[in-house]
Amino acid sequence: MNHIYLDNNATTPVRPEVLTAMLPYFSEQFGNPSSVHWAGRQVSGALEKARAQVATLINASPAEIVFVSCGSEGDNMAILGTLDALGDKGKHIITTAVEHPAVLNTCKYLEKRGYSVTYLPVDQDGMLDLVELEAAITPETVLISIMWANNETGTLFPIAEIGAIAKKHQVRFHCDAVQAVGKVPVDVQAANVDFLVISGHKLGAPKGIGAIYIRRGTKLTPLLHGGHQERNRRAGTHNVPSIVGLGLACELAGQEMAEKSVQIKALRDRLEAGLFAAVPQIKLNGHPTARLPNTLNVSFAWIEGESLLMSLDMKGIAASSGSACTSGSLEPSHVLGAMCVEVTLAHSSTRFSLGANNTEAEIDYVIEILPPIVQRLRDMSPLYNCRDRETCTVGCESLQKL
Amino acid sequence: MYSEKVMDHFSNPRNVGEIENADGVGEVGNASCGDIMKIFLKVDNGIITDVKFKTFGCGAAIATSSMVTEMALGKTIAEALVLTNAAVAEALDGLPAQKMHCSNLAADALHEAIKDYQERHPNA
Ligand SMILES: Cc1ncc(COP(=O)(O)O)c(C=O)c1O
Ligand code: FES
Repeated sequence: MNHIYLDNNATTPVRPEVLTAMLPYFSEQFGNPSSVHWAGRQVSGALEKARAQVATLINASPAEIVFVSCGSEGDNMAILGTLDALGDKGKHIITTAVEHPAVLNTCKYLEKRGYSVTYLPVDQDGMLDLVELEAAITPETVLISIMWANNETGTLFPIAEIGAIAKKHQVRFHCDAVQAVGKVPVDVQAANVDFLVISGHKLGAPKGIGAIYIRRGTKLTPLLHGGHQERNRRAGTHNVPSIVGLGLACELAGQEMAEKSVQIKALRDRLEAGLFAAVPQIKLNGHPTARLPNTLNVSFAWIEGESLLMSLDMKGIAASSGSACTSGSLEPSHVLGAMCVEVTLAHSSTRFSLGANNTEAEIDYVIEILPPIVQRLRDMSPLYNCRDRETCTVGCESLQKL
Repeated sequence: MYSEKVMDHFSNPRNVGEIENADGVGEVGNASCGDIMKIFLKVDNGIITDVKFKTFGCGAAIATSSMVTEMALGKTIAEALVLTNAAVAEALDGLPAQKMHCSNLAADALHEAIKDYQERHPNA
């Protein structure tokens, strides 16, 4: 069976060039970059090269890049570090209802400790209202934390406008750009962000490595206390092979993004058009145009996402779902909930996230096999073609608003 | 994550559908995740002679629906009433811990259908 991987927003394979570049740093060049001797000197150059590669991709200077262990760490560091450093100025954070749990749960943790958080709502396309953002700023506000691109729907927020608002009100702006970097152009100067978080495994570098951009001169309490690495911003001996991998992945992304994003978007659009033509009663989740080029999130009314994923998996296709049944918490996606997607439609949401390795033949195969799978599950569903309305406890009517 | 039996009942579910003029219909929603299962019964002389299901739910929910209909078919009402969620899960060679609640739907929907049958046929 062919394996078709359409879950690149979850993670990506390490690129072969990246793996090759990393390998010497496990054995021959094993030194600790903080050591003054030959073994340390050998690798400190590689570390600084990677820092410059990451900085170039997002138009920062190398001194503004700090390596961290993952995207979640970067988000925690920006939020907790700011509230600790600026706690006497104010205790209010503004974020959105659709952030990744790395941001949302950090904010919830702070709420329990006496901080206040505004969770901005989004509209049905998952878009923010900037008037509401500006209105939410109070003299107590010390941080705005808003993602560049949503991991579930791909919706892109107007980051430069948000940055301008933050600057006007002199509030710090943290941007979780984990899903954006490598997929769309990201420029920290143009966007006026103070912190921007990157995760390696979303762009062809390994899992367990990330970086945070910290605007020069920004006071931030470290998350990890210990040695003097990363100019005292982040303790811990450097993960040199992964840092080298992240650096190269960023450099390659910079070189290839313009061309590859066009190619990936063409495939994504082909999938979108193909599915909408072949399957009735489906709904796009996410913004129709302001969206990552690789992401397609659709709800197939009347069926549940996990059973669809299992059927796709049996055909070798990997995708993901916002269904409660796949979530561990048994709650449907908070992102779709914030977008007011009806609960059973949220249940049936399926995310296809493409990558540079996908081919037209793969997309056509998905378009071919998906409609009968959907039909099979619909024929099994008590909600589909429900004749006896009284016994349709979730209300066919709200579903039929489609 | 799922046993072979679960995958089998998920891929080839038995007794999918509805019964026209069923003697009993049971429908339950899953409080944990919001999924829905509906079971239709035909009863003759106290014996379940036909049973069909429709399910909106995860793979485990579909497999347990299929299994519970297979287990109930041919049983007397009294026998079917003592079918438990645990027995359905066991017949599927077990379910992952986070999917045990899905099997609750199956036996509950069956019991609801029997209750409906008994209410409609008080003298049966
Ligand atoms: C938007 C977003 N933020 C943060 C993260 C967390 O990144 P990591 O897995 O590197 O901790 C992810 C990854 O799932 C993400 O999609
Ligand atoms: S029915 Fe929802 S998790 Fe199984």
